[in-house]
Amino acid sequence: MNKYFERLYNGVIKENPTLVLMLGMCPTLAVSTRAMNGIGMGLSTTAVLILSNFVISALRKLIPDQVRLPSYIVIVASLVTVTELLIQAYIPSLYEALGIYIPLIVVNCIILGRAEAYANKNTPGLAVMDGLGMGLGFTVALTLAGAVRELLGNGSVFGINVLPEGVEPIGIFVQPPGAFLVIALFIAIMNAIGIKTRQRKLVEEGCGGECATCSAPCGETEEVDKK
Amino acid sequence: MTSLILIIVGSALIHNVVLNQFLGICSFLGVSKQMKASASLGAAVIFVITIASAVASILYDNVLKPLGLDYMKTIIFILVIAALVQIVEMFLKKKSPAIYKALGIYLPLITTNCAVLGVALTNVQNGYNFIECVLSGFGTALGYTIAIVLLASIRSRIKEEDIPAPLRGAPIVLIAAALMSIAFMGFAGLSF
Repeated sequence: MNKYFERLYNGVIKENPTLVLMLGMCPTLAVSTRAMNGIGMGLSTTAVLILSNFVISALRKLIPDQVRLPSYIVIVASLVTVTELLIQAYIPSLYEALGIYIPLIVVNCIILGRAEAYANKNTPGLAVMDGLGMGLGFTVALTLAGAVRELLGNGSVFGINVLPEGVEPIGIFVQPPGAFLVIALFIAIMNAIGIKTRQRKLVEEGCGGECATCSAPCGETEEVDKK
Repeated sequence: MTSLILIIVGSALIHNVVLNQFLGICSFLGVSKQMKASASLGAAVIFVITIASAVASILYDNVLKPLGLDYMKTIIFILVIAALVQIVEMFLKKKSPAIYKALGIYLPLITTNCAVLGVALTNVQNGYNFIECVLSGFGTALGYTIAIVLLASIRSRIKEEDIPAPLRGAPIVLIAAALMSIAFMGFAGLSF
């Protein structure tokens, strides 16, 4: 059972597809104007990801290696079409809000990436948990980006006004440039945390001289230590 | 005639595919490290998107719609694009090895560029006819090329600047893209 929970932890935190692996940037930037859109897009992608991981994992011994990518694309495209029709039928408001980005789940690199990196090597049970973990990680990142943009650009979170009277929201954050700025900020924060831990490690273990893979500024570790 | 020009200008500048619609971000951020590669990729994308829009438009109007299969469009379009990229690759390899060599790995990667599928689907949604589809495809790809070449030249300047450590790499590139996006918002004021 532990193995299954490990997949969830891996997807949401350790290898978060958006914030750590930087996959699926297009939908992240495009639909994060509202927190609600983030959840809708995240859950639609999660549904497709779980099903595609399951189908691909179940068929992994039947699909010949040479034609595996076209086969995966057809499987994913069929699942996306089904999801699109279901959303159109039962949640028309979400269908309106996400528009072209629902069929574009087909070309979301997270889905093909997980198929190629995980589902075609593991059992269906594990593949489903991997899809769930990765999908939830994507949903968390999208919702977070959506909430920040909605708060800054519209003064509300999940449609509820939170800013006091007279405070003007910064409109640019719900427009295209805001998407780039907020994601840049997220990655910068992750980088800052990463650099701190790496520097602490450097002080403890010493620098192995691997300057090519090190982004910590050389010679500044001592200063940080003094502070 | 004015409406046709408006389609090109609109899809290239006003609704720029990268800076306004967020399609093709992966290659936009990944390839823009080098000026030359960016320009080559831009050329390849213009080539593929224009042809893909034309083929998708013909298929949709003459096969999918009369048979009542328009819900199959996502599956059909992605297969057409994958096949098309393969054909273009084989054709270039045989007929013009110089261009083929210049494009390298970026040619097959276009299949997963969401801009191609995005344009094909938007064209259908807008109910464009054949000529409008081709022009909108060409305009979109032109907008992509303009954006990626501009970003590549900005990045060549960024390389020489002293940037705070947490902002190095992806964040500063995204901030540059944000500023470009603000500049491109100015085109929304264009009217005919």
